[in-house]
Amino acid sequence: MLGRASSCDVTPAASAVSCVIRSFRGSLSPVGKINNNNSGPGERYLPRKMAAQEVQPSETIAKLKLESETLKTKLEEERAKLHDVELHQVAEKVEPLGQFVMKTRRTLKGHGNKVLCMDWCKDKRRIVSSSQDGKVIVWDAFTTNKEHAVTMPCTWVMACAYAPSGCAVACGGLDNKCSVYPLSLDKNENLAAKKKSVAMHTNYLSACSFTNSDMQILTSSGDGTCALWDVESGQLLQSFHGHAADVLCLDLAPSETGNTFVSGGCDKKANVWDMRTGQCIQSFETHESDINSVRYYPSGDAFASGSDDATCRLYDLRADREVAIYSKESIIFGASSVDFSLSGRLLFGGYNDYTINVWDVLKGTRVAILFGHENRVSTLRVSPDGTAFCSGSWDHTLRVWA
Amino acid sequence: MSNNSANSSNLVIAQKAVKQLRLEASIRRVKVSQAAADLKTFCLQNASKDPLLVGVPSSDNPFRPPKSCALF
Repeated sequence: MLGRASSCDVTPAASAVSCVIRSFRGSLSPVGKINNNNSGPGERYLPRKMAAQEVQPSETIAKLKLESETLKTKLEEERAKLHDVELHQVAEKVEPLGQFVMKTRRTLKGHGNKVLCMDWCKDKRRIVSSSQDGKVIVWDAFTTNKEHAVTMPCTWVMACAYAPSGCAVACGGLDNKCSVYPLSLDKNENLAAKKKSVAMHTNYLSACSFTNSDMQILTSSGDGTCALWDVESGQLLQSFHGHAADVLCLDLAPSETGNTFVSGGCDKKANVWDMRTGQCIQSFETHESDINSVRYYPSGDAFASGSDDATCRLYDLRADREVAIYSKESIIFGASSVDFSLSGRLLFGGYNDYTINVWDVLKGTRVAILFGHENRVSTLRVSPDGTAFCSGSWDHTLRVWA
Repeated sequence: MSNNSANSSNLVIAQKAVKQLRLEASIRRVKVSQAAADLKTFCLQNASKDPLLVGVPSSDNPFRPPKSCALF
């Protein structure tokens, strides 16, 4: 008992969070025993002061638990009241989409192991990708040439991002850090020498993204938290606590909508956060397994998620509920990453069964399956001008589709 | 003693959870019909500008191979 309590007090995020789950279950049993008037000889001899101390916190916890359950029910009721129609019903009169011809137009080969993450540069032609082999490569997607390559000191580089200026890339993974590398025009320059360590988590880095400028980075981690960092000083500007398990993904709201972002985690929850206050403002828990990817709808009023439960879902922020599920009985493998086309009408999902499914967001139907990768699709992003999208896979390659 | 500190941290956690739920319960919501209509409107308004949706001529799409290659 003593050992468990002290580890709760001392260690940060992850073990404290798992302590919560264990403690809640543990606290229920002592309540009945202490309040029981027919208690055995042991309890009768407890000093009165200690008995009072032991009783009150448990009673208050029981009250709080009750209020918690009541609030949850009320939340569900409020959400249900507004559920007057389904999205696909509203979209019945919309013209169905025609046949899609989307093919692999470029294949980027060069990684020595699974590609884990990729991001587009704002110039719509450069791509940064990271791999299990510890390498981060910058490609020119038009020509398929490699422009830069960095070797990280760790394997499993699970996250990478391009800076808005196009002058730097950020990456990290099992090293628990997010590092920024300025990209030099001099091809011979050793990029690793200019590396700047920005973020420090207590577990693996799962995702990272620059905010509107090169000056701030948002990260998510296996330690259950997200954090906002100042690149220049490496200072922690804001941390976001609320997930009960590893956070696997995040996405920033389109700049017009304001300072919020959404994160998804192994606790099956998708949380929307206020970047300035660190407060979780909305939370959605309808997936049945880990949420691997979250992406805002282009208008900023909704977001999509992809999960190990083999579904992608659409959540509307103003209705505060899930409004569509994209699934088929034949799709049984998890969706690892999702992204919208420019108008938001199409949702691209990369899956663990090596395919990419293209969904009609409004009607909820699948409009195409794309084959080509020879292993799991791990990452997928539409280009900034919407002319193409890129997918990365455990088959060591990236493909650009248009 | 150890039971006490575990209980008080449970208390803090429970208080935080209730506070968070109160916040979430109090936000303003719109009907799904309204929200869905807005999503649909956005899609339709931007459909013509969506290259992956409507397709662009091969000459405009940088990724589609050009029909002929001019060599000088």
